[in-house]
Amino acid sequence: MSTDVLICGAGRTPFGRSQASGRQLAVGAVNAALADAGIEWSRVRAAFGGSDSAGLADTLVAQLGLTGVPFVNVKNGCATGGSALVSAVNAIRSGMADVVLAVGFDKHPRGAFDPRPEDWGLGAEYGSDGLMVTTQFFGMKIQRYMHDHGITPRTLALVAEKAYRNGGLTPEAWRRKPVDVDEILDSGMVSDPLTRYMFCSPGAGAAALVLCSPEAARGLEGEPVTLRSAAVRTRRFGSFEVFSPWIPGGPLTSVSRDASAAAFEEAGIGPGDVDVCQLQDTESGAEVMHMAECGFCEDGEQERLVASGATEIGGTLPVNTDGGCIANGEPIGASGLRQVYEIVQQLRGRAGERQVPGEPRVGFTHVYGAPGVSACTVLSH
Amino acid sequence: MATDPRSPAVAVGLQGSRCRSGCAVTAYPAEDTCPRCGGPAEPEVLTGTGTLWTWTVQRYAPKSPPFQAPPGGFEPFALGYVELAEGVRVAAVLDVDIREGLDGIRIGMPVTVTAGHGVPRARPMTPGEEDS
Ligand SMILES: [Zn+2]
Repeated sequence: MSTDVLICGAGRTPFGRSQASGRQLAVGAVNAALADAGIEWSRVRAAFGGSDSAGLADTLVAQLGLTGVPFVNVKNGCATGGSALVSAVNAIRSGMADVVLAVGFDKHPRGAFDPRPEDWGLGAEYGSDGLMVTTQFFGMKIQRYMHDHGITPRTLALVAEKAYRNGGLTPEAWRRKPVDVDEILDSGMVSDPLTRYMFCSPGAGAAALVLCSPEAARGLEGEPVTLRSAAVRTRRFGSFEVFSPWIPGGPLTSVSRDASAAAFEEAGIGPGDVDVCQLQDTESGAEVMHMAECGFCEDGEQERLVASGATEIGGTLPVNTDGGCIANGEPIGASGLRQVYEIVQQLRGRAGERQVPGEPRVGFTHVYGAPGVSACTVLSH
Repeated sequence: MATDPRSPAVAVGLQGSRCRSGCAVTAYPAEDTCPRCGGPAEPEVLTGTGTLWTWTVQRYAPKSPPFQAPPGGFEPFALGYVELAEGVRVAAVLDVDIREGLDGIRIGMPVTVTAGHGVPRARPMTPGEEDS
Protein backbone atom coordinates (compact mmCIF):
# COMPACT_ATOMS: atom_id res chain seq x y z
CA MET A 1 0.00 0.00 0.00
CA SER A 2 1.60 3.22 -1.06
CA THR A 3 0.59 6.74 -0.16
CA ASP A 4 0.34 9.29 -2.96
CA VAL A 5 3.21 11.72 -3.13
CA LEU A 6 2.62 15.17 -4.59
CA ILE A 7 5.11 17.52 -6.18
CA CYS A 8 4.08 20.93 -4.88
CA GLY A 9 7.08 22.97 -5.93
CA ALA A 10 9.59 22.78 -8.78
CA GLY A 11 12.53 25.05 -9.58
CA ARG A 12 15.52 25.13 -11.90
CA THR A 13 18.30 27.47 -12.88
CA PRO A 14 19.48 28.24 -16.39
CA PHE A 15 21.84 25.48 -17.60
CA GLY A 16 25.14 26.00 -19.41
CA ARG A 17 28.30 27.82 -18.44
CA SER A 18 28.00 29.86 -15.26
CA GLN A 19 30.08 32.18 -13.10
CA ALA A 20 28.21 30.87 -10.07
CA SER A 21 29.41 27.83 -8.15
CA GLY A 22 27.43 24.62 -8.25
CA ARG A 23 26.31 25.22 -4.66
CA GLN A 24 25.11 28.75 -5.50
CA LEU A 25 23.10 27.33 -8.39
CA ALA A 26 21.62 24.74 -6.03
CA VAL A 27 20.51 27.41 -3.58
CA GLY A 28 18.85 29.27 -6.46
CA ALA A 29 16.94 26.17 -7.56
CA VAL A 30 15.87 25.31 -4.00
CA ASN A 31 14.57 28.83 -3.37
CA ALA A 32 12.67 28.73 -6.66
CA ALA A 33 11.08 25.39 -5.70
CA LEU A 34 10.14 26.69 -2.22
CA ALA A 35 8.60 29.84 -3.73
CA ASP A 36 6.68 27.71 -6.23
CA ALA A 37 5.26 25.64 -3.36
CA GLY A 38 4.59 28.78 -1.34
CA ILE A 39 6.52 27.62 1.71
CA GLU A 40 9.51 28.70 3.76
CA TRP A 41 12.64 26.53 4.12
CA SER A 42 11.72 25.99 7.78
CA ARG A 43 8.65 23.97 6.69
CA VAL A 44 10.89 21.27 5.06
CA ARG A 45 11.21 18.22 7.32
CA ALA A 46 13.77 16.17 5.35
CA ALA A 47 16.08 16.74 2.38
CA PHE A 48 17.98 14.56 -0.10
CA GLY A 49 20.36 15.75 -2.76
CA GLY A 50 23.72 15.63 -4.44
CA SER A 51 26.09 16.46 -7.25
CA ASP A 52 28.67 14.44 -9.12
CA SER A 53 31.49 16.99 -8.93
CA ALA A 54 30.24 20.22 -7.32
CA GLY A 55 30.23 19.43 -3.61
CA LEU A 56 28.03 18.04 -0.87
CA ALA A 57 24.35 18.92 -0.82
CA ASP A 58 24.04 18.92 2.97
CA THR A 59 26.35 21.94 3.16
CA LEU A 60 23.58 24.00 1.49
CA VAL A 61 22.00 24.49 4.93
CA ALA A 62 24.60 27.20 5.55
CA GLN A 63 22.80 29.30 2.92
CA LEU A 64 19.25 27.93 3.25
CA GLY A 65 19.04 28.12 7.02
CA LEU A 66 20.25 26.04 9.98
CA THR A 67 16.91 24.50 10.87
CA GLY A 68 18.26 21.15 12.04
CA VAL A 69 16.61 19.34 9.13
CA PRO A 70 17.94 15.82 8.34
CA PHE A 71 19.80 16.23 5.02
CA VAL A 72 21.16 13.13 3.25
CA ASN A 73 23.83 13.33 0.55
CA VAL A 74 23.25 11.24 -2.57
CA LYS A 75 26.00 10.38 -5.03
CA ASN A 76 24.80 8.06 -7.73
CA GLY A 77 26.21 9.31 -11.03
CA CYS A 78 23.54 10.11 -13.60
CA ALA A 79 20.91 8.71 -11.24
CA THR A 80 21.77 11.19 -8.47
CA GLY A 81 18.59 13.23 -8.98
CA GLY A 82 16.47 10.11 -9.40
CA SER A 83 17.91 8.50 -6.30
CA ALA A 84 17.29 11.68 -4.28
CA LEU A 85 13.72 11.62 -5.55
CA VAL A 86 13.18 7.96 -4.60
CA SER A 87 14.57 8.70 -1.14
CA ALA A 88 12.21 11.66 -0.77
CA VAL A 89 9.25 9.53 -1.80
CA ASN A 90 10.17 6.87 0.72
CA ALA A 91 10.57 9.47 3.47
CA ILE A 92 7.00 10.59 2.86
CA ARG A 93 5.53 7.09 2.51
CA SER A 94 7.24 5.88 5.66
CA GLY A 95 5.90 8.78 7.65
CA MET A 96 9.36 10.17 8.35
CA ALA A 97 8.38 13.60 6.99
CA ASP A 98 5.45 15.30 5.26
CA VAL A 99 7.36 17.98 3.34
CA VAL A 100 10.61 16.88 1.67
CA LEU A 101 13.17 18.52 -0.62
CA ALA A 102 15.03 16.79 -3.47
CA VAL A 103 17.85 18.76 -5.10
CA GLY A 104 20.44 17.98 -7.79
CA PHE A 105 23.20 20.26 -9.05
CA ASP A 106 26.53 20.17 -10.83
CA LYS A 107 29.27 22.13 -12.45
CA HIS A 108 31.79 20.32 -14.64
CA PRO A 109 34.95 21.79 -16.04
CA ARG A 110 35.25 21.92 -19.85
CA GLY A 111 35.83 18.43 -21.29
CA ALA A 112 35.36 17.06 -17.81
CA PHE A 113 35.56 13.31 -17.97
CA ASP A 114 39.03 11.94 -17.46
CA PRO A 115 38.76 8.21 -16.78
CA ARG A 116 41.68 6.16 -15.45
CA PRO A 117 41.83 2.45 -16.37
CA GLU A 118 42.54 1.33 -12.80
CA ASP A 119 39.42 3.10 -11.49
CA TRP A 120 37.34 0.95 -13.83
CA GLY A 121 39.18 -2.32 -13.15
CA LEU A 122 40.77 -2.33 -16.60
CA GLY A 123 44.34 -3.07 -17.71
CA ALA A 124 46.52 -0.03 -18.42
CA GLU A 125 46.56 -0.96 -22.13
CA TYR A 126 42.91 0.08 -22.53
CA GLY A 127 43.92 3.62 -21.63
CA SER A 128 47.25 3.75 -23.43
CA ASP A 129 45.80 2.25 -26.65
CA GLY A 130 42.94 4.75 -26.72
CA LEU A 131 39.91 2.58 -25.91
CA MET A 132 38.78 4.61 -22.87
CA VAL A 133 36.77 7.27 -24.67
CA THR A 134 33.08 7.48 -23.77
CA THR A 135 31.97 8.63 -27.23
CA GLN A 136 33.23 5.34 -28.71
CA PHE A 137 30.63 3.45 -26.68
CA PHE A 138 27.78 5.66 -27.85
CA GLY A 139 28.95 5.33 -31.46
CA MET A 140 29.26 1.55 -31.29
CA LYS A 141 25.91 0.97 -29.57
CA ILE A 142 23.91 3.02 -32.09
CA GLN A 143 25.99 1.65 -35.01
CA ARG A 144 24.82 -1.89 -34.20
CA TYR A 145 21.27 -0.68 -33.52
CA MET A 146 21.09 1.05 -36.91
CA HIS A 147 22.34 -2.14 -38.58
CA ASP A 148 19.76 -4.31 -36.79
CA HIS A 149 16.77 -1.99 -37.06
CA GLY A 150 17.18 0.17 -40.14
CA ILE A 151 17.77 3.55 -38.50
CA THR A 152 19.50 6.11 -40.76
CA PRO A 153 21.94 8.94 -39.97
CA ARG A 154 19.27 11.42 -41.04
CA THR A 155 17.06 10.26 -38.17
CA LEU A 156 19.91 10.93 -35.73
CA ALA A 157 20.21 14.43 -37.19
CA LEU A 158 16.45 15.04 -36.95
CA VAL A 159 16.57 14.18 -33.24
CA ALA A 160 19.29 16.79 -32.66
CA GLU A 161 17.49 19.35 -34.83
CA LYS A 162 14.39 18.96 -32.65
CA ALA A 163 16.50 19.36 -29.49
CA TYR A 164 17.89 22.72 -30.64
CA ARG A 165 14.47 23.87 -31.82
CA ASN A 166 12.89 23.02 -28.44
CA GLY A 167 15.86 24.58 -26.67
CA GLY A 168 14.99 27.80 -28.49
CA LEU A 169 11.56 27.72 -26.81
CA THR A 170 13.03 27.11 -23.33
CA PRO A 171 14.32 30.25 -21.58
CA GLU A 172 16.64 28.27 -19.25
CA ALA A 173 18.21 26.09 -21.98
CA TRP A 174 21.86 26.47 -22.99
CA ARG A 175 21.74 25.86 -26.78
CA ARG A 176 18.92 28.04 -28.06
CA LYS A 177 19.94 28.62 -31.67
CA PRO A 178 18.25 26.41 -34.29
CA VAL A 179 20.61 24.10 -36.19
CA ASP A 180 19.32 22.31 -39.30
CA VAL A 181 19.74 18.68 -40.32
CA ASP A 182 22.45 19.29 -42.90
CA GLU A 183 24.53 21.39 -40.53
CA ILE A 184 24.25 18.63 -37.91
CA LEU A 185 25.30 15.93 -40.39
CA ASP A 186 28.22 18.11 -41.56
CA SER A 187 29.41 19.20 -38.10
CA GLY A 188 32.28 16.69 -38.09
CA MET A 189 32.31 13.03 -37.14
CA VAL A 190 33.19 12.40 -33.47
CA SER A 191 32.60 8.65 -33.18
CA ASP A 192 30.96 7.28 -36.31
CA PRO A 193 28.03 7.55 -36.95
CA LEU A 194 27.67 10.38 -34.40
CA THR A 195 28.66 13.94 -35.29
CA ARG A 196 29.62 16.80 -33.01
CA TYR A 197 26.19 18.47 -32.93
CA MET A 198 24.51 15.17 -32.02
CA PHE A 199 26.20 15.19 -28.60
CA CYS A 200 25.41 17.06 -25.39
CA SER A 201 28.18 18.76 -23.40
CA PRO A 202 28.93 18.74 -19.68
CA GLY A 203 27.71 21.99 -18.12
CA ALA A 204 26.44 23.67 -14.97
CA GLY A 205 22.95 23.86 -13.51
CA ALA A 206 20.60 22.88 -10.70
CA ALA A 207 17.02 21.69 -10.20
CA ALA A 208 14.94 21.10 -7.07
CA LEU A 209 11.54 19.72 -6.09
CA VAL A 210 9.34 20.07 -3.01
CA LEU A 211 7.39 16.87 -2.33
CA CYS A 212 4.47 16.60 0.07
CA SER A 213 2.09 14.10 1.59
CA PRO A 214 -1.56 14.65 0.53
CA GLU A 215 -2.35 16.16 3.96
CA ALA A 216 0.54 18.61 3.81
CA ALA A 217 -0.31 19.56 0.22
CA ARG A 218 -3.88 20.47 1.16
CA GLY A 219 -2.68 23.50 3.08
CA LEU A 220 -0.64 24.86 0.15
CA GLU A 221 -1.71 27.19 -2.62
CA GLY A 222 0.46 25.79 -5.41
CA GLU A 223 -0.79 23.42 -8.10
CA PRO A 224 0.39 19.91 -7.21
CA VAL A 225 1.31 17.16 -9.66
CA THR A 226 1.09 13.52 -8.55
CA LEU A 227 4.28 11.48 -8.61
CA ARG A 228 2.82 8.09 -9.46
CA SER A 229 6.12 6.23 -9.24
CA ALA A 230 9.89 6.58 -9.14
CA ALA A 231 12.24 3.63 -9.76
CA VAL A 232 16.00 3.18 -9.91
CA ARG A 233 17.74 0.08 -11.30
CA THR A 234 21.32 -1.04 -11.98
CA ARG A 235 22.37 -3.25 -14.87
CA ARG A 236 21.87 -6.97 -15.08
CA PHE A 237 24.20 -9.46 -16.75
CA GLY A 238 24.19 -9.06 -20.51
CA SER A 239 24.03 -5.28 -20.82
CA PHE A 240 26.33 -3.24 -23.10
CA GLU A 241 28.05 -0.50 -21.12
CA VAL A 242 30.86 2.00 -21.51
CA PHE A 243 34.49 0.81 -21.05
CA SER A 244 33.76 -2.91 -21.48
CA PRO A 245 36.67 -5.08 -22.69
CA TRP A 246 34.02 -7.66 -23.56
CA ILE A 247 30.26 -8.04 -23.60
CA PRO A 248 28.30 -11.28 -23.44
CA GLY A 249 26.89 -12.80 -26.61
CA GLY A 250 23.19 -13.13 -27.31
CA PRO A 251 20.45 -10.50 -26.97
CA LEU A 252 21.40 -7.51 -24.82
CA THR A 253 19.63 -6.68 -21.57
CA SER A 254 18.86 -3.01 -20.83
CA VAL A 255 18.78 -1.29 -17.48
CA SER A 256 16.51 1.37 -18.98
CA ARG A 257 14.06 -1.36 -19.96
CA ASP A 258 14.14 -2.67 -16.37
CA ALA A 259 13.78 0.74 -14.68
CA SER A 260 10.99 1.94 -16.97
CA ALA A 261 9.05 -1.33 -16.59
CA ALA A 262 9.33 -1.02 -12.80
CA ALA A 263 8.11 2.59 -12.89
CA PHE A 264 5.14 1.72 -15.10
CA GLU A 265 4.22 -1.30 -12.98
CA GLU A 266 4.27 0.75 -9.78
CA ALA A 267 2.19 3.48 -11.44
CA GLY A 268 -0.33 0.96 -12.74
CA ILE A 269 -0.31 2.41 -16.26
CA GLY A 270 1.69 1.77 -19.44
CA PRO A 271 3.71 3.69 -22.03
CA GLY A 272 0.57 4.06 -24.16
CA ASP A 273 -0.96 6.28 -21.48
CA VAL A 274 1.88 8.83 -21.56
CA ASP A 275 1.22 12.23 -23.15
CA VAL A 276 4.72 13.77 -22.84
CA CYS A 277 8.12 12.30 -21.96
CA GLN A 278 11.73 13.16 -21.26
CA LEU A 279 14.30 10.54 -22.32
CA GLN A 280 18.07 10.55 -21.72
CA ASP A 281 19.66 12.01 -24.86
CA THR A 282 23.38 12.09 -24.13
CA GLU A 283 23.49 11.98 -27.93
CA SER A 284 20.83 11.54 -30.62
CA GLY A 285 21.23 7.78 -30.81
CA ALA A 286 20.42 7.45 -27.12
CA GLU A 287 17.05 9.16 -27.56
CA VAL A 288 16.24 6.85 -30.48
CA MET A 289 17.15 3.67 -28.56
CA HIS A 290 15.53 4.82 -25.32
CA MET A 291 12.19 5.32 -27.09
CA ALA A 292 12.13 1.55 -27.60
CA GLU A 293 13.86 0.56 -24.35
CA CYS A 294 11.27 2.52 -22.33
CA GLY A 295 8.41 0.86 -24.23
CA PHE A 296 7.18 3.74 -26.39
CA CYS A 297 7.70 1.93 -29.70
CA GLU A 298 9.10 -1.23 -31.24
CA ASP A 299 12.74 -1.38 -32.31
CA GLY A 300 12.99 0.25 -35.73
CA GLU A 301 9.72 2.18 -35.56
CA GLN A 302 11.68 5.31 -34.65
CA GLU A 303 12.70 5.79 -38.29
CA ARG A 304 9.08 6.44 -39.25
CA LEU A 305 8.03 8.14 -35.99
CA VAL A 306 10.81 10.73 -36.00
CA ALA A 307 10.37 11.53 -39.71
CA SER A 308 6.61 11.98 -39.25
CA GLY A 309 7.08 14.47 -36.40
CA ALA A 310 5.56 12.19 -33.76
CA THR A 311 8.19 13.23 -31.19
CA GLU A 312 7.75 16.97 -31.80
CA ILE A 313 5.89 19.16 -29.30
CA GLY A 314 2.73 18.91 -31.42
CA GLY A 315 3.20 15.20 -32.18
CA THR A 316 1.56 12.07 -30.80
CA LEU A 317 4.45 11.46 -28.34
CA PRO A 318 6.40 14.65 -27.57
CA VAL A 319 9.95 13.76 -26.42
CA ASN A 320 12.33 16.17 -24.68
CA THR A 321 10.13 19.23 -24.97
CA ASP A 322 12.74 21.44 -23.25
CA GLY A 323 15.49 20.39 -25.65
CA GLY A 324 16.79 17.58 -23.41
CA CYS A 325 20.47 17.12 -22.63
CA ILE A 326 21.48 18.11 -26.16
CA ALA A 327 20.11 21.66 -25.71
CA ASN A 328 20.50 21.95 -21.91
CA GLY A 329 23.87 20.31 -21.49
CA GLU A 330 24.43 17.71 -18.83
CA PRO A 331 25.17 18.77 -15.27
CA ILE A 332 25.06 15.13 -14.15
CA GLY A 333 23.51 15.61 -10.71
CA ALA A 334 20.81 17.98 -12.00
CA SER A 335 19.68 16.28 -15.21
CA GLY A 336 17.10 13.90 -13.74
CA LEU A 337 15.33 16.59 -11.72
CA ARG A 338 15.44 19.01 -14.68
CA GLN A 339 13.39 16.41 -16.57
CA VAL A 340 10.84 16.18 -13.73
CA TYR A 341 10.68 19.99 -13.55
CA GLU A 342 9.81 20.06 -17.25
CA ILE A 343 7.07 17.44 -16.92
CA VAL A 344 5.60 19.34 -13.93
CA GLN A 345 5.40 22.51 -16.06
CA GLN A 346 3.84 20.60 -18.97
CA LEU A 347 1.20 18.92 -16.79
CA ARG A 348 0.33 22.22 -15.13
CA GLY A 349 -0.04 23.86 -18.55
CA ARG A 350 2.67 26.37 -17.72
CA ALA A 351 5.34 25.48 -20.27
CA GLY A 352 4.87 28.66 -22.28
CA GLU A 353 5.92 28.53 -25.93
CA ARG A 354 6.84 24.86 -25.67
CA GLN A 355 3.55 23.78 -24.07
CA VAL A 356 2.27 20.46 -25.42
CA PRO A 357 -1.26 21.14 -26.74
CA GLY A 358 -4.35 19.31 -25.53
CA GLU A 359 -3.76 19.44 -21.77
CA PRO A 360 -1.36 16.52 -21.25
CA ARG A 361 -2.27 14.51 -18.16
CA VAL A 362 0.47 11.87 -17.85
CA GLY A 363 4.25 12.36 -18.11
CA PHE A 364 7.34 10.16 -17.92
CA THR A 365 11.04 10.82 -17.26
CA HIS A 366 14.10 8.61 -17.84
CA VAL A 367 17.81 9.00 -17.13
CA TYR A 368 20.57 6.55 -17.99
CA GLY A 369 24.23 6.65 -17.07
CA ALA A 370 27.48 4.78 -16.59
CA PRO A 371 28.12 2.06 -15.66
CA GLY A 372 24.56 0.88 -16.19
CA VAL A 373 22.14 2.79 -13.97
CA SER A 374 18.71 4.18 -14.83
CA ALA A 375 16.01 6.14 -12.98
CA CYS A 376 12.45 6.65 -14.23
CA THR A 377 9.34 8.45 -12.98
CA VAL A 378 5.67 8.53 -13.95
CA LEU A 379 3.68 11.68 -13.14
CA SER A 380 0.04 12.64 -13.58
CA HIS A 381 -2.24 15.61 -13.11
CA MET B 1 60.60 1.22 -21.37
CA ALA B 2 58.06 2.86 -23.65
CA THR B 3 57.08 0.21 -26.16
CA ASP B 4 54.72 1.22 -28.91
CA PRO B 5 51.42 -0.37 -27.93
CA ARG B 6 50.55 -0.64 -31.61
CA SER B 7 53.57 -2.72 -32.63
CA PRO B 8 52.39 -6.15 -33.77
CA ALA B 9 54.53 -7.84 -31.10
CA VAL B 10 54.17 -11.56 -30.74
CA ALA B 11 50.64 -12.47 -31.73
CA VAL B 12 49.09 -14.97 -29.36
CA GLY B 13 45.60 -16.25 -28.69
CA LEU B 14 43.29 -14.32 -26.40
CA GLN B 15 43.64 -15.52 -22.82
CA GLY B 16 40.08 -15.60 -21.55
CA SER B 17 38.26 -17.58 -18.91
CA ARG B 18 35.19 -19.76 -18.79
CA CYS B 19 32.75 -20.46 -15.98
CA ARG B 20 33.05 -24.02 -14.63
CA SER B 21 29.42 -24.08 -13.49
CA GLY B 22 26.31 -24.42 -15.58
CA CYS B 23 26.12 -20.93 -17.03
CA ALA B 24 29.17 -21.45 -19.29
CA VAL B 25 29.96 -17.72 -19.58
CA THR B 26 33.19 -16.82 -21.37
CA ALA B 27 34.96 -13.62 -20.32
CA TYR B 28 37.90 -11.59 -21.60
CA PRO B 29 40.42 -10.77 -20.18
CA ALA B 30 40.53 -13.84 -17.89
CA GLU B 31 38.80 -13.48 -14.53
CA ASP B 32 39.03 -15.70 -11.45
CA THR B 33 35.30 -15.83 -10.98
CA CYS B 34 32.36 -15.92 -13.33
CA PRO B 35 30.84 -12.44 -13.71
CA ARG B 36 27.38 -13.95 -13.96
CA CYS B 37 27.12 -16.52 -11.13
CA GLY B 38 30.18 -15.66 -9.01
CA GLY B 39 31.39 -19.26 -9.20
CA PRO B 40 34.93 -20.32 -10.14
CA ALA B 41 36.19 -19.77 -13.68
CA GLU B 42 39.14 -21.39 -15.43
CA PRO B 43 41.53 -20.01 -18.04
CA GLU B 44 40.73 -20.69 -21.66
CA VAL B 45 42.41 -19.66 -24.90
CA LEU B 46 39.69 -18.14 -27.08
CA THR B 47 39.07 -18.69 -30.78
CA GLY B 48 41.26 -16.51 -32.97
CA THR B 49 38.54 -15.78 -35.51
CA GLY B 50 35.13 -14.19 -35.39
CA THR B 51 32.88 -11.62 -37.02
CA LEU B 52 32.71 -7.87 -36.54
CA TRP B 53 29.71 -7.10 -34.29
CA THR B 54 29.93 -3.29 -34.26
CA TRP B 55 32.53 -0.57 -34.86
CA THR B 56 33.31 3.12 -34.77
CA VAL B 57 36.24 5.40 -35.55
CA GLN B 58 38.30 7.32 -33.01
CA ARG B 59 38.62 10.59 -34.91
CA TYR B 60 40.59 12.70 -32.45
CA ALA B 61 43.52 11.97 -30.14
CA PRO B 62 42.19 10.66 -26.80
CA LYS B 63 43.26 12.50 -23.67
CA SER B 64 46.83 11.84 -22.64
CA PRO B 65 47.38 10.34 -20.13
CA PRO B 66 46.19 7.65 -20.24
CA PHE B 67 46.53 7.61 -24.06
CA GLN B 68 50.03 7.15 -25.49
CA ALA B 69 50.27 8.38 -29.07
CA PRO B 70 52.34 6.15 -31.38
CA PRO B 71 55.80 7.39 -32.47
CA GLY B 72 54.46 8.90 -35.71
CA GLY B 73 51.75 10.85 -33.87
CA PHE B 74 48.02 10.21 -33.61
CA GLU B 75 46.13 8.93 -36.64
CA PRO B 76 42.37 8.22 -36.55
CA PHE B 77 41.77 4.51 -36.08
CA ALA B 78 38.84 2.11 -36.21
CA LEU B 79 37.79 -0.09 -33.32
CA GLY B 80 34.94 -2.44 -32.57
CA TYR B 81 33.68 -5.60 -30.94
CA VAL B 82 34.44 -9.01 -32.44
CA GLU B 83 31.96 -11.81 -31.81
CA LEU B 84 33.68 -15.15 -31.19
CA ALA B 85 32.25 -18.65 -31.43
CA GLU B 86 32.33 -18.90 -27.62
CA GLY B 87 29.52 -16.35 -27.44
CA VAL B 88 31.61 -13.43 -26.24
CA ARG B 89 32.16 -10.05 -27.94
CA VAL B 90 35.67 -8.69 -27.45
CA ALA B 91 36.72 -5.05 -27.87
CA ALA B 92 39.58 -4.65 -30.34
CA VAL B 93 41.41 -2.10 -32.43
CA LEU B 94 40.71 -2.78 -36.12
CA ASP B 95 43.77 -2.96 -38.32
CA VAL B 96 42.07 -1.43 -41.35
CA ASP B 97 43.43 1.45 -43.40
CA ILE B 98 40.74 4.15 -43.16
CA ARG B 99 42.64 6.97 -44.85
CA GLU B 100 40.79 6.29 -48.12
CA GLY B 101 37.40 5.68 -46.52
CA LEU B 102 35.44 3.16 -44.53
CA ASP B 103 34.57 0.64 -47.27
CA GLY B 104 36.83 -1.94 -45.65
CA ILE B 105 34.62 -2.14 -42.55
CA ARG B 106 31.31 -3.96 -42.46
CA ILE B 107 29.30 -5.46 -39.60
CA GLY B 108 29.42 -9.24 -39.93
CA MET B 109 32.72 -9.39 -41.80
CA PRO B 110 35.03 -12.26 -40.80
CA VAL B 111 38.11 -11.14 -38.86
CA THR B 112 41.06 -12.70 -37.11
CA VAL B 113 41.81 -11.43 -33.64
CA THR B 114 45.09 -11.62 -31.76
CA ALA B 115 46.52 -10.45 -28.47
CA GLY B 116 49.92 -8.83 -28.15
CA HIS B 117 51.27 -6.34 -25.64
CA GLY B 118 48.27 -4.03 -25.89
CA VAL B 119 44.54 -4.51 -26.39
CA PRO B 120 43.30 -7.20 -28.82
CA ARG B 121 43.69 -6.34 -32.49
CA ALA B 122 41.50 -7.56 -35.32
CA ARG B 123 42.01 -7.55 -39.08
CA PRO B 124 39.74 -8.63 -41.93
CA MET B 125 40.35 -12.18 -43.12
CA THR B 126 41.68 -12.67 -46.60
CA PRO B 127 39.46 -14.74 -48.95
CA GLY B 128 41.94 -17.64 -48.56
CA GLU B 129 41.62 -17.57 -44.77
CA GLU B 130 37.84 -17.51 -45.03
CA ASP B 131 37.83 -20.67 -47.14
CA SER B 132 40.13 -22.68 -44.93
ZN1 LIG C 1 28.91 -18.83 -14.08
